[in-house]
Amino acid sequence: MPKYITTIGLEVHAQLNTRSKMFCPCPVGYGADPNTQTCPTCLGLPGALPVLNLEAIEKTVLAGMMLGCSTPPISKWDRKNYFYPDMPKNYQTTQFDLPLCLDGGVPLYDLAYPKDAQKSIKNPGKVVKLTRIHLEEDVGKSTHSGIGTQLDFNRAGTPLMEIVSEPDIESAEEAFAYLISLRQILIYGGVSDADMEKGQLRCDVNISVRPEGQKELGAKIELKNLNSIAAVRRAIHHEVERQTEAVMRGEKLLQSTRRWDDDRGETQLMRSKEDAHDYRYFPCPDLLPIRTASIIERVHPRVPESPHAKRARFEQDYSVSAYDAGVLTSDKALAAWFEEAVAADAKVPAKKIANWVINELLGRLNEASSALENSLVKPTALNELVACVESGKISNTQAKEVFDEMFSSGETAVAIIKKKGFEQVSDTGALEAFCDQVISANPEKVAEFKAGNDKVLNWMTGQVMKASGGKANPKVLSELLRAKLA
Amino acid sequence: MSQPTLDIHKIARLSRLALTEEEATRFESQLGKVLEYMSALEHHDLSAVEPTQHAMPIYDVWREDESRSGFTAEEALANAPRQSSGQFLMPRVVEE
Repeated sequence: MPKYITTIGLEVHAQLNTRSKMFCPCPVGYGADPNTQTCPTCLGLPGALPVLNLEAIEKTVLAGMMLGCSTPPISKWDRKNYFYPDMPKNYQTTQFDLPLCLDGGVPLYDLAYPKDAQKSIKNPGKVVKLTRIHLEEDVGKSTHSGIGTQLDFNRAGTPLMEIVSEPDIESAEEAFAYLISLRQILIYGGVSDADMEKGQLRCDVNISVRPEGQKELGAKIELKNLNSIAAVRRAIHHEVERQTEAVMRGEKLLQSTRRWDDDRGETQLMRSKEDAHDYRYFPCPDLLPIRTASIIERVHPRVPESPHAKRARFEQDYSVSAYDAGVLTSDKALAAWFEEAVAADAKVPAKKIANWVINELLGRLNEASSALENSLVKPTALNELVACVESGKISNTQAKEVFDEMFSSGETAVAIIKKKGFEQVSDTGALEAFCDQVISANPEKVAEFKAGNDKVLNWMTGQVMKASGGKANPKVLSELLRAKLA
Repeated sequence: MSQPTLDIHKIARLSRLALTEEEATRFESQLGKVLEYMSALEHHDLSAVEPTQHAMPIYDVWREDESRSGFTAEEALANAPRQSSGQFLMPRVVEE
Protein backbone atom coordinates (compact mmCIF):
# COMPACT_ATOMS: atom_id res chain seq x y z
CA MET A 1 0.00 0.00 0.00
CA PRO A 2 1.44 3.41 -0.90
CA LYS A 3 2.11 5.80 1.92
CA TYR A 4 0.43 9.20 2.13
CA ILE A 5 1.84 12.45 3.45
CA THR A 6 -0.39 14.87 5.34
CA THR A 7 0.32 18.59 5.17
CA ILE A 8 -1.44 20.98 7.54
CA GLY A 9 -1.37 24.74 7.97
CA LEU A 10 -3.32 26.63 10.64
CA GLU A 11 -4.90 30.06 10.69
CA VAL A 12 -5.49 31.16 14.24
CA HIS A 13 -7.49 34.22 15.21
CA ALA A 14 -6.78 35.58 18.69
CA GLN A 15 -8.67 38.48 20.24
CA LEU A 16 -6.38 40.94 22.00
CA ASN A 17 -7.27 41.81 25.58
CA THR A 18 -7.22 45.57 25.14
CA ARG A 19 -9.63 47.87 26.94
CA SER A 20 -11.05 49.43 23.78
CA LYS A 21 -11.73 48.34 20.21
CA MET A 22 -9.27 48.47 17.29
CA PHE A 23 -10.59 51.57 15.53
CA CYS A 24 -12.91 53.22 18.07
CA PRO A 25 -13.00 53.71 21.85
CA CYS A 26 -15.93 51.33 22.51
CA PRO A 27 -15.20 48.96 25.39
CA VAL A 28 -14.19 45.38 24.60
CA GLY A 29 -15.81 42.71 26.72
CA TYR A 30 -17.52 39.39 26.76
CA GLY A 31 -21.05 38.87 28.03
CA ALA A 32 -22.51 42.40 27.86
CA ASP A 33 -26.13 42.88 26.70
CA PRO A 34 -26.41 42.85 22.89
CA ASN A 35 -25.52 46.07 21.05
CA THR A 36 -24.56 48.01 24.18
CA GLN A 37 -20.90 48.44 23.12
CA THR A 38 -21.15 50.14 19.75
CA CYS A 39 -20.66 53.54 18.13
CA PRO A 40 -20.91 54.95 14.58
CA THR A 41 -17.47 53.55 13.68
CA CYS A 42 -17.98 49.90 14.64
CA LEU A 43 -21.54 49.94 13.28
CA GLY A 44 -20.14 51.12 9.96
CA LEU A 45 -22.33 54.20 9.79
CA PRO A 46 -21.57 56.50 6.84
CA GLY A 47 -18.94 59.14 7.54
CA ALA A 48 -17.53 57.55 10.70
CA LEU A 49 -13.73 57.41 10.67
CA PRO A 50 -11.43 54.88 12.33
CA VAL A 51 -8.44 55.72 14.59
CA LEU A 52 -5.80 53.07 15.39
CA ASN A 53 -5.47 51.66 18.91
CA LEU A 54 -1.74 51.87 19.74
CA GLU A 55 -1.92 49.23 22.48
CA ALA A 56 -3.34 46.68 20.02
CA ILE A 57 -0.42 47.36 17.68
CA GLU A 58 2.06 47.02 20.54
CA LYS A 59 0.49 43.76 21.75
CA THR A 60 0.71 42.28 18.26
CA VAL A 61 4.36 43.30 17.95
CA LEU A 62 4.96 41.79 21.42
CA ALA A 63 3.38 38.48 20.33
CA GLY A 64 5.59 38.62 17.24
CA MET A 65 8.72 39.13 19.34
CA MET A 66 7.83 36.16 21.56
CA LEU A 67 7.44 34.04 18.43
CA GLY A 68 10.68 35.21 16.80
CA CYS A 69 8.99 37.22 14.03
CA SER A 70 10.43 40.25 12.30
CA THR A 71 8.51 43.50 11.82
CA PRO A 72 8.77 45.48 8.57
CA PRO A 73 9.81 49.15 8.97
CA ILE A 74 6.42 50.31 7.64
CA SER A 75 3.10 48.61 8.23
CA LYS A 76 -0.26 49.58 6.80
CA TRP A 77 -3.98 48.80 6.66
CA ASP A 78 -6.08 47.45 3.81
CA ARG A 79 -9.71 46.72 3.07
CA LYS A 80 -10.94 43.20 2.42
CA ASN A 81 -14.23 43.48 0.57
CA TYR A 82 -17.12 41.08 1.02
CA PHE A 83 -20.82 41.19 1.80
CA TYR A 84 -21.97 39.58 4.97
CA PRO A 85 -24.27 41.08 7.59
CA ASP A 86 -21.80 40.62 10.48
CA MET A 87 -19.59 43.27 8.80
CA PRO A 88 -21.82 46.28 8.06
CA LYS A 89 -19.15 48.36 6.27
CA ASN A 90 -19.01 45.59 3.63
CA TYR A 91 -15.28 45.41 4.14
CA GLN A 92 -13.07 44.25 6.96
CA THR A 93 -10.14 46.49 7.82
CA THR A 94 -7.11 44.20 7.89
CA GLN A 95 -3.50 44.07 6.70
CA PHE A 96 -2.58 42.69 3.30
CA ASP A 97 0.96 43.22 2.03
CA LEU A 98 2.65 44.91 5.02
CA PRO A 99 1.53 43.05 8.16
CA LEU A 100 3.01 43.81 11.59
CA CYS A 101 4.90 40.50 11.85
CA LEU A 102 6.61 38.18 9.37
CA ASP A 103 8.23 34.73 9.71
CA GLY A 104 8.99 33.37 13.18
CA GLY A 105 7.68 30.09 14.57
CA VAL A 106 5.77 28.29 17.30
CA PRO A 107 7.87 25.83 19.35
CA LEU A 108 5.99 22.60 20.09
CA TYR A 109 6.58 21.85 23.77
CA ASP A 110 6.55 18.13 24.70
CA LEU A 111 3.85 18.70 27.30
CA ALA A 112 1.71 20.50 24.73
CA TYR A 113 1.04 17.24 22.87
CA PRO A 114 -2.07 15.26 23.83
CA LYS A 115 -1.30 13.13 26.93
CA ASP A 116 -1.67 9.88 25.01
CA ALA A 117 0.80 11.05 22.37
CA GLN A 118 3.55 12.44 24.61
CA LYS A 119 5.45 9.13 24.65
CA SER A 120 5.70 8.95 20.86
CA ILE A 121 6.59 12.47 19.68
CA LYS A 122 7.87 12.11 16.12
CA ASN A 123 9.70 15.44 15.86
CA PRO A 124 10.85 16.48 19.35
CA GLY A 125 11.82 20.14 19.63
CA LYS A 126 10.04 21.02 16.39
CA VAL A 127 9.31 24.68 15.67
CA VAL A 128 6.40 25.20 13.25
CA LYS A 129 7.23 28.04 10.85
CA LEU A 130 4.92 31.05 10.70
CA THR A 131 4.15 33.03 7.56
CA ARG A 132 2.85 36.17 9.21
CA ILE A 133 0.78 37.77 11.94
CA HIS A 134 -1.50 40.63 10.99
CA LEU A 135 -3.88 42.80 12.94
CA GLU A 136 -7.51 43.26 11.94
CA GLU A 137 -10.96 43.80 13.41
CA ASP A 138 -13.36 41.13 14.60
CA VAL A 139 -16.87 41.04 13.15
CA GLY A 140 -20.30 41.03 14.83
CA LYS A 141 -21.88 37.89 16.22
CA SER A 142 -24.74 36.37 14.26
CA THR A 143 -27.27 33.93 15.64
CA HIS A 144 -29.40 32.00 13.18
CA SER A 145 -32.88 30.95 14.22
CA GLY A 146 -36.36 30.39 12.86
CA ILE A 147 -37.21 34.08 12.83
CA GLY A 148 -34.08 34.98 10.84
CA THR A 149 -30.52 36.03 11.59
CA GLN A 150 -29.96 38.18 14.67
CA LEU A 151 -26.92 40.42 14.96
CA ASP A 152 -25.06 41.73 17.98
CA PHE A 153 -22.27 44.18 17.12
CA ASN A 154 -20.58 44.29 20.55
CA ARG A 155 -17.77 42.11 19.19
CA ALA A 156 -17.43 44.07 15.93
CA GLY A 157 -14.16 45.98 15.93
CA THR A 158 -12.45 43.98 18.69
CA PRO A 159 -8.71 43.84 17.88
CA LEU A 160 -8.00 40.46 16.31
CA MET A 161 -4.62 38.97 15.45
CA GLU A 162 -4.48 36.44 12.66
CA ILE A 163 -1.56 34.08 13.07
CA VAL A 164 -0.87 32.15 9.86
CA SER A 165 1.42 29.12 9.86
CA GLU A 166 3.30 27.64 6.94
CA PRO A 167 2.04 24.23 5.78
CA ASP A 168 4.57 22.80 8.20
CA ILE A 169 2.42 20.56 10.41
CA GLU A 170 2.39 16.80 9.80
CA SER A 171 -0.28 15.39 12.06
CA ALA A 172 -3.32 16.05 14.22
CA GLU A 173 -1.08 15.70 17.28
CA GLU A 174 1.31 18.40 16.05
CA ALA A 175 -1.65 20.69 15.31
CA PHE A 176 -2.87 20.08 18.87
CA ALA A 177 0.58 20.84 20.33
CA TYR A 178 0.84 23.95 18.14
CA LEU A 179 -2.40 25.35 19.54
CA ILE A 180 -1.56 24.53 23.17
CA SER A 181 1.94 26.05 22.85
CA LEU A 182 0.68 29.11 21.01
CA ARG A 183 -2.08 29.70 23.56
CA GLN A 184 0.43 29.38 26.39
CA ILE A 185 2.75 31.94 24.76
CA LEU A 186 -0.10 34.42 24.13
CA ILE A 187 -1.23 34.13 27.75
CA TYR A 188 2.37 34.50 29.00
CA GLY A 189 2.71 37.69 26.99
CA GLY A 190 -0.57 39.04 28.42
CA VAL A 191 -1.60 39.59 24.81
CA SER A 192 -4.80 37.55 24.71
CA ASP A 193 -6.86 35.62 27.24
CA ALA A 194 -7.09 32.98 24.49
CA ASP A 195 -10.17 31.21 25.87
CA MET A 196 -11.59 29.10 23.04
CA GLU A 197 -14.94 28.69 24.79
CA LYS A 198 -15.38 32.45 24.76
CA GLY A 199 -14.30 32.63 21.13
CA GLN A 200 -11.13 34.54 22.06
CA LEU A 201 -9.10 31.96 20.15
CA ARG A 202 -10.43 30.46 16.92
CA CYS A 203 -8.81 28.16 14.43
CA ASP A 204 -9.20 27.21 10.76
CA VAL A 205 -7.28 24.25 9.39
CA ASN A 206 -5.90 23.82 5.85
CA ILE A 207 -5.18 20.22 5.12
CA SER A 208 -4.04 18.18 2.14
CA VAL A 209 -2.93 14.63 1.50
CA ARG A 210 -0.58 13.38 -1.23
CA PRO A 211 1.09 10.06 -2.04
CA GLU A 212 4.70 9.71 -0.88
CA GLY A 213 7.06 10.72 -3.66
CA GLN A 214 4.69 13.29 -5.16
CA LYS A 215 6.26 16.72 -4.96
CA GLU A 216 3.35 19.11 -5.31
CA LEU A 217 0.86 19.38 -2.46
CA GLY A 218 -2.58 17.77 -2.78
CA ALA A 219 -5.76 19.86 -3.08
CA LYS A 220 -6.02 22.28 -0.16
CA ILE A 221 -9.15 21.65 1.89
CA GLU A 222 -10.10 24.12 4.57
CA LEU A 223 -11.92 23.06 7.76
CA LYS A 224 -14.12 25.46 9.68
CA ASN A 225 -16.22 25.41 12.85
CA LEU A 226 -13.53 24.00 15.12
CA ASN A 227 -14.55 25.06 18.62
CA SER A 228 -11.95 23.41 20.82
CA ILE A 229 -8.39 22.19 20.53
CA ALA A 230 -9.62 18.62 21.01
CA ALA A 231 -12.10 19.15 18.13
CA VAL A 232 -9.22 20.30 15.90
CA ARG A 233 -7.46 17.01 16.59
CA ARG A 234 -10.59 14.93 15.94
CA ALA A 235 -11.43 16.83 12.75
CA ILE A 236 -7.92 16.37 11.32
CA HIS A 237 -7.95 12.63 12.09
CA HIS A 238 -11.28 12.31 10.32
CA GLU A 239 -10.27 14.43 7.35
CA VAL A 240 -6.91 12.67 6.80
CA GLU A 241 -8.76 9.37 6.72
CA ARG A 242 -11.45 10.68 4.38
CA GLN A 243 -8.97 12.26 1.96
CA THR A 244 -6.61 9.25 1.98
CA GLU A 245 -9.46 6.88 1.19
CA ALA A 246 -10.64 9.15 -1.62
CA VAL A 247 -7.16 9.37 -3.15
CA MET A 248 -6.77 5.58 -2.88
CA ARG A 249 -10.05 5.11 -4.74
CA GLY A 250 -8.56 7.25 -7.50
CA GLU A 251 -10.89 10.16 -6.75
CA LYS A 252 -9.61 13.63 -7.57
CA LEU A 253 -9.94 15.97 -4.59
CA LEU A 254 -10.83 19.59 -5.29
CA GLN A 255 -9.91 22.70 -3.38
CA SER A 256 -12.85 23.39 -1.07
CA THR A 257 -14.07 24.45 2.36
CA ARG A 258 -15.69 21.94 4.70
CA ARG A 259 -17.51 22.35 7.97
CA TRP A 260 -16.69 20.11 10.94
CA ASP A 261 -19.68 18.65 12.79
CA ASP A 262 -18.30 17.62 16.16
CA ASP A 263 -21.44 15.71 17.22
CA ARG A 264 -21.50 13.56 14.08
CA GLY A 265 -17.70 13.41 13.87
CA GLU A 266 -17.57 14.26 10.18
CA THR A 267 -17.00 17.11 7.75
CA GLN A 268 -19.50 18.43 5.20
CA LEU A 269 -18.84 20.43 2.05
CA MET A 270 -19.58 24.16 2.40
CA ARG A 271 -18.20 25.52 -0.88
CA SER A 272 -15.85 24.50 -3.66
CA LYS A 273 -13.15 26.55 -5.35
CA GLU A 274 -15.56 27.93 -7.95
CA ASP A 275 -17.30 29.93 -5.21
CA ALA A 276 -13.97 31.10 -3.77
CA HIS A 277 -14.04 34.71 -2.64
CA ASP A 278 -12.45 37.54 -4.55
CA TYR A 279 -11.75 40.05 -1.82
CA ARG A 280 -10.31 42.87 -3.97
CA TYR A 281 -7.95 44.11 -1.28
CA PHE A 282 -6.88 47.72 -1.53
CA PRO A 283 -5.13 50.16 0.85
CA CYS A 284 -7.49 51.75 3.38
CA PRO A 285 -7.53 55.48 2.62
CA ASP A 286 -8.89 56.30 6.12
CA LEU A 287 -5.90 54.93 8.01
CA LEU A 288 -2.32 56.16 7.69
CA PRO A 289 0.66 53.78 7.66
CA ILE A 290 2.82 53.40 10.75
CA ARG A 291 6.58 53.42 11.19
CA THR A 292 7.41 50.53 13.46
CA ALA A 293 10.90 51.44 14.78
CA SER A 294 9.67 53.38 17.83
CA ILE A 295 7.06 50.74 18.59
CA ILE A 296 9.65 47.97 18.54
CA GLU A 297 11.83 50.00 20.89
CA ARG A 298 8.97 50.51 23.34
CA VAL A 299 7.76 46.91 23.25
CA HIS A 300 11.16 45.27 23.68
CA PRO A 301 11.37 45.71 27.47
CA ARG A 302 7.86 44.24 27.76
CA VAL A 303 8.85 40.84 26.35
CA PRO A 304 8.42 38.39 29.24
CA GLU A 305 10.41 35.23 29.93
CA SER A 306 9.03 32.64 27.50
CA PRO A 307 7.53 29.40 28.83
CA HIS A 308 10.51 27.64 27.26
CA ALA A 309 13.11 29.83 29.01
CA LYS A 310 11.25 29.59 32.31
CA ARG A 311 11.21 25.82 32.05
CA ALA A 312 14.97 25.69 31.48
CA ARG A 313 15.55 28.05 34.40
CA PHE A 314 13.37 25.94 36.72
CA GLU A 315 15.36 22.81 35.85
CA GLN A 316 18.58 24.66 36.53
CA ASP A 317 17.69 26.72 39.61
CA TYR A 318 15.34 24.36 41.41
CA SER A 319 16.86 20.99 40.37
CA VAL A 320 13.49 19.69 39.24
CA SER A 321 13.10 17.20 36.39
CA ALA A 322 12.35 18.41 32.85
CA TYR A 323 8.85 16.98 33.20
CA ASP A 324 8.17 18.72 36.53
CA ALA A 325 9.56 22.00 35.17
CA GLY A 326 7.21 21.60 32.21
CA VAL A 327 4.20 21.09 34.48
CA LEU A 328 5.12 24.03 36.72
CA THR A 329 5.63 26.41 33.81
CA SER A 330 2.62 25.22 31.80
CA ASP A 331 0.67 28.01 33.46
CA LYS A 332 2.17 31.40 34.24
CA ALA A 333 0.17 31.77 37.47
CA LEU A 334 1.21 28.30 38.67
CA ALA A 335 4.88 29.09 37.98
CA ALA A 336 4.56 32.30 40.01
CA TRP A 337 2.79 30.41 42.84
CA PHE A 338 5.60 27.86 42.99
CA GLU A 339 8.30 30.52 42.98
CA GLU A 340 6.57 32.36 45.81
CA ALA A 341 6.39 29.11 47.82
CA VAL A 342 10.09 28.46 47.28
CA ALA A 343 11.07 32.04 48.15
CA ALA A 344 9.14 31.96 51.45
CA ASP A 345 12.00 30.03 53.05
CA ALA A 346 14.97 29.23 50.85
CA LYS A 347 16.16 26.51 53.26
CA VAL A 348 13.29 24.23 52.25
CA PRO A 349 14.34 22.23 49.16
CA ALA A 350 12.55 23.51 46.04
CA LYS A 351 12.40 19.99 44.64
CA LYS A 352 10.27 18.88 47.61
CA ILE A 353 7.96 21.85 47.20
CA ALA A 354 7.62 21.02 43.50
CA ASN A 355 6.52 17.47 44.42
CA TRP A 356 3.87 18.80 46.77
CA VAL A 357 2.59 21.26 44.20
CA ILE A 358 2.43 18.72 41.38
CA ASN A 359 1.25 15.63 43.26
CA GLU A 360 -0.92 17.07 46.01
CA LEU A 361 -2.00 20.61 45.22
CA LEU A 362 -2.74 20.13 41.51
CA GLY A 363 -4.33 16.72 42.17
CA ARG A 364 -6.62 18.12 44.84
CA LEU A 365 -7.54 21.18 42.74
CA ASN A 366 -8.32 18.88 39.84
CA GLU A 367 -10.53 16.62 42.00
CA ALA A 368 -12.37 19.66 43.31
CA SER A 369 -12.56 21.20 39.76
CA SER A 370 -11.16 24.31 41.36
CA ALA A 371 -8.70 26.89 40.06
CA LEU A 372 -5.36 27.77 41.61
CA GLU A 373 -6.49 31.31 42.34
CA ASN A 374 -9.21 29.90 44.63
CA SER A 375 -6.84 27.62 46.55
CA LEU A 376 -7.07 28.06 50.33
CA VAL A 377 -3.51 26.76 50.61
CA LYS A 378 -1.22 29.72 50.09
CA PRO A 379 2.40 29.49 48.85
CA THR A 380 3.96 30.38 52.21
CA ALA A 381 1.72 27.84 53.99
CA LEU A 382 2.92 25.05 51.72
CA ASN A 383 6.52 26.01 52.39
CA GLU A 384 5.83 25.79 56.12
CA LEU A 385 4.29 22.31 55.77
CA VAL A 386 7.23 21.00 53.74
CA ALA A 387 9.60 22.50 56.32
CA CYS A 388 7.81 20.48 59.04
CA VAL A 389 8.34 17.25 57.07
CA GLU A 390 11.97 18.07 56.32
CA SER A 391 12.83 18.77 59.93
CA GLY A 392 11.23 15.46 60.94
CA LYS A 393 8.55 17.16 62.97
CA ILE A 394 5.88 15.10 61.21
CA SER A 395 5.98 12.08 58.91
CA ASN A 396 5.09 12.16 55.24
CA THR A 397 1.84 10.29 55.89
CA GLN A 398 0.87 12.75 58.58
CA ALA A 399 1.79 15.65 56.32
CA LYS A 400 -0.71 14.41 53.72
CA GLU A 401 -3.43 14.42 56.36
CA VAL A 402 -2.38 17.93 57.39
CA PHE A 403 -2.41 19.04 53.76
CA ASP A 404 -5.96 17.72 53.31
CA GLU A 405 -7.09 19.90 56.15
CA MET A 406 -5.13 22.91 54.91
CA PHE A 407 -6.80 22.45 51.54
CA SER A 408 -10.32 22.35 52.96
CA SER A 409 -10.01 24.86 55.82
CA GLY A 410 -7.14 27.16 54.85
CA GLU A 411 -5.59 26.76 58.32
CA THR A 412 -1.81 26.78 58.62
CA ALA A 413 0.21 23.58 58.90
CA VAL A 414 1.53 24.40 62.39
CA ALA A 415 -1.97 25.00 63.78
CA ILE A 416 -3.28 21.73 62.34
CA ILE A 417 -0.27 19.74 63.57
CA LYS A 418 -0.83 21.06 67.06
CA LYS A 419 -4.55 20.35 66.96
CA LYS A 420 -4.03 16.77 65.74
CA GLY A 421 -1.19 16.16 68.21
CA PHE A 422 1.06 15.14 65.37
CA GLU A 423 4.26 16.49 66.83
CA GLN A 424 6.69 13.60 66.59
CA VAL A 425 8.79 12.57 69.50
CA SER A 426 12.39 12.96 68.41
CA ASP A 427 13.65 13.22 71.94
CA THR A 428 15.91 10.17 72.14
CA GLY A 429 15.54 9.89 75.92
CA ALA A 430 11.81 9.27 75.65
CA LEU A 431 12.22 6.99 72.64
CA GLU A 432 14.97 4.94 74.31
CA ALA A 433 12.62 3.95 77.10
CA PHE A 434 10.10 2.66 74.53
CA CYS A 435 12.85 0.75 72.68
CA ASP A 436 14.17 -0.90 75.81
CA GLN A 437 10.66 -1.92 76.71
CA VAL A 438 10.07 -3.61 73.34
CA ILE A 439 13.52 -5.26 73.26
CA SER A 440 13.19 -6.83 76.71
CA ALA A 441 9.65 -8.05 75.99
CA ASN A 442 10.67 -9.83 72.77
CA PRO A 443 13.94 -11.77 73.24
CA GLU A 444 13.06 -14.28 70.43
CA LYS A 445 12.73 -11.38 67.86
CA VAL A 446 16.07 -9.95 69.00
CA ALA A 447 17.63 -13.36 68.36
CA GLU A 448 16.08 -13.51 64.88
CA PHE A 449 17.49 -10.07 64.03
CA LYS A 450 20.92 -11.08 65.27
CA ALA A 451 20.69 -14.20 63.08
CA GLY A 452 20.45 -11.88 60.11
CA ASN A 453 16.70 -11.36 59.58
CA ASP A 454 16.64 -7.63 58.88
CA LYS A 455 12.89 -7.58 58.41
CA VAL A 456 12.39 -8.00 62.14
CA LEU A 457 13.56 -4.42 62.54
CA ASN A 458 10.42 -3.18 60.77
CA TRP A 459 8.24 -5.20 63.09
CA MET A 460 10.06 -3.84 66.15
CA THR A 461 9.84 -0.26 64.83
CA GLY A 462 6.11 -0.84 64.54
CA GLN A 463 5.91 -2.02 68.15
CA VAL A 464 7.77 1.03 69.46
CA MET A 465 5.59 3.27 67.30
CA LYS A 466 2.52 1.68 68.86
CA ALA A 467 3.93 2.14 72.36
CA SER A 468 4.61 5.84 71.63
CA GLY A 469 1.07 6.38 70.43
CA GLY A 470 2.28 6.90 66.85
CA LYS A 471 4.27 9.97 67.74
CA ALA A 472 7.78 8.60 67.37
CA ASN A 473 9.84 10.02 64.56
CA PRO A 474 10.38 6.91 62.42
CA LYS A 475 13.80 8.01 61.15
CA VAL A 476 15.21 8.67 64.61
CA LEU A 477 13.54 5.53 65.93
CA SER A 478 15.00 3.05 63.44
CA GLU A 479 18.50 4.45 63.93
CA LEU A 480 18.08 4.12 67.68
CA LEU A 481 16.85 0.51 67.47
CA ARG A 482 19.64 -0.50 65.15
CA ALA A 483 22.21 0.96 67.54
CA LYS A 484 20.65 -0.84 70.53
CA LEU A 485 20.50 -4.22 68.79
CA ALA A 486 24.00 -4.06 67.36
CA MET B 1 0.76 49.17 -24.55
CA SER B 2 -1.68 46.54 -23.38
CA GLN B 3 -5.24 47.51 -22.64
CA PRO B 4 -6.25 46.40 -19.11
CA THR B 5 -9.03 43.83 -19.21
CA LEU B 6 -12.32 44.52 -17.54
CA ASP B 7 -15.01 41.92 -16.82
CA ILE B 8 -18.04 44.07 -16.07
CA HIS B 9 -20.25 41.08 -15.27
CA LYS B 10 -17.80 39.80 -12.67
CA ILE B 11 -17.52 43.24 -11.08
CA ALA B 12 -21.31 43.53 -10.97
CA ARG B 13 -21.61 40.10 -9.37
CA LEU B 14 -18.99 40.93 -6.70
CA SER B 15 -20.83 44.19 -5.99
CA ARG B 16 -24.20 42.43 -5.79
CA LEU B 17 -25.52 44.61 -8.63
CA ALA B 18 -27.99 43.38 -11.25
CA LEU B 19 -27.17 45.35 -14.41
CA THR B 20 -29.24 45.44 -17.55
CA GLU B 21 -27.32 44.84 -20.80
CA GLU B 22 -27.57 48.52 -21.57
CA GLU B 23 -26.09 49.44 -18.15
CA ALA B 24 -23.36 46.83 -18.49
CA THR B 25 -22.24 48.33 -21.80
CA ARG B 26 -22.37 51.88 -20.44
CA PHE B 27 -20.43 51.12 -17.24
CA GLU B 28 -17.93 48.97 -19.08
CA SER B 29 -17.06 51.89 -21.28
CA GLN B 30 -16.94 54.34 -18.34
CA LEU B 31 -14.79 52.10 -16.17
CA GLY B 32 -12.61 51.34 -19.18
CA LYS B 33 -11.84 55.06 -19.42
CA VAL B 34 -10.76 55.09 -15.75
CA LEU B 35 -8.35 52.24 -16.42
CA GLU B 36 -7.07 54.01 -19.50
CA TYR B 37 -6.47 57.09 -17.41
CA MET B 38 -4.49 55.06 -14.86
CA SER B 39 -2.43 53.45 -17.62
CA ALA B 40 -1.24 56.95 -18.57
CA LEU B 41 1.29 56.37 -15.76
CA GLU B 42 3.00 53.81 -17.94
CA HIS B 43 4.14 56.56 -20.31
CA HIS B 44 6.34 58.07 -17.61
CA ASP B 45 9.68 56.97 -16.27
CA LEU B 46 8.97 56.30 -12.59
CA SER B 47 12.20 54.46 -11.80
CA ALA B 48 13.42 57.30 -9.59
CA VAL B 49 10.14 57.66 -7.67
CA GLU B 50 10.00 56.04 -4.23
CA PRO B 51 6.83 53.98 -3.73
CA THR B 52 4.66 55.20 -0.86
CA GLN B 53 2.12 53.31 1.24
CA HIS B 54 -0.48 56.04 1.23
CA ALA B 55 -1.43 59.10 -0.78
CA MET B 56 -0.73 61.30 2.26
CA PRO B 57 2.86 61.59 3.55
CA ILE B 58 1.72 61.28 7.17
CA TYR B 59 2.50 58.44 9.57
CA ASP B 60 1.74 57.23 13.08
CA VAL B 61 -1.69 58.60 13.78
CA TRP B 62 -3.10 56.61 16.68
CA ARG B 63 -4.79 56.89 20.06
CA GLU B 64 -4.20 55.46 23.55
CA ASP B 65 -6.19 52.42 24.60
CA GLU B 66 -8.91 54.13 26.61
CA SER B 67 -12.51 53.04 26.44
CA ARG B 68 -15.59 55.18 26.55
CA SER B 69 -19.18 54.16 26.05
CA GLY B 70 -20.95 55.00 22.83
CA PHE B 71 -24.50 54.17 21.81
CA THR B 72 -27.15 52.65 24.02
CA ALA B 73 -28.85 49.60 22.49
CA GLU B 74 -31.86 51.79 21.59
CA GLU B 75 -29.64 54.29 19.78
CA ALA B 76 -27.71 51.54 17.99
CA LEU B 77 -30.96 49.98 16.77
CA ALA B 78 -32.72 53.27 15.94
CA ASN B 79 -32.31 52.77 12.17
CA ALA B 80 -32.83 49.01 12.12
CA PRO B 81 -35.73 48.08 9.82
CA ARG B 82 -36.38 45.03 12.02
CA GLN B 83 -35.18 44.09 15.46
CA SER B 84 -35.67 41.35 18.02
CA SER B 85 -34.54 41.18 21.68
CA GLY B 86 -32.04 44.00 21.35
CA GLN B 87 -30.54 42.65 18.12
CA PHE B 88 -30.68 43.57 14.46
CA LEU B 89 -32.95 41.13 12.67
CA MET B 90 -32.55 40.21 9.03
CA PRO B 91 -33.58 37.44 6.69
CA ARG B 92 -31.85 34.24 7.66
CA VAL B 93 -28.45 33.95 5.96
CA VAL B 94 -26.70 30.64 5.44
CA GLU B 95 -23.51 30.68 7.45
CA GLU B 96 -20.33 30.39 5.45
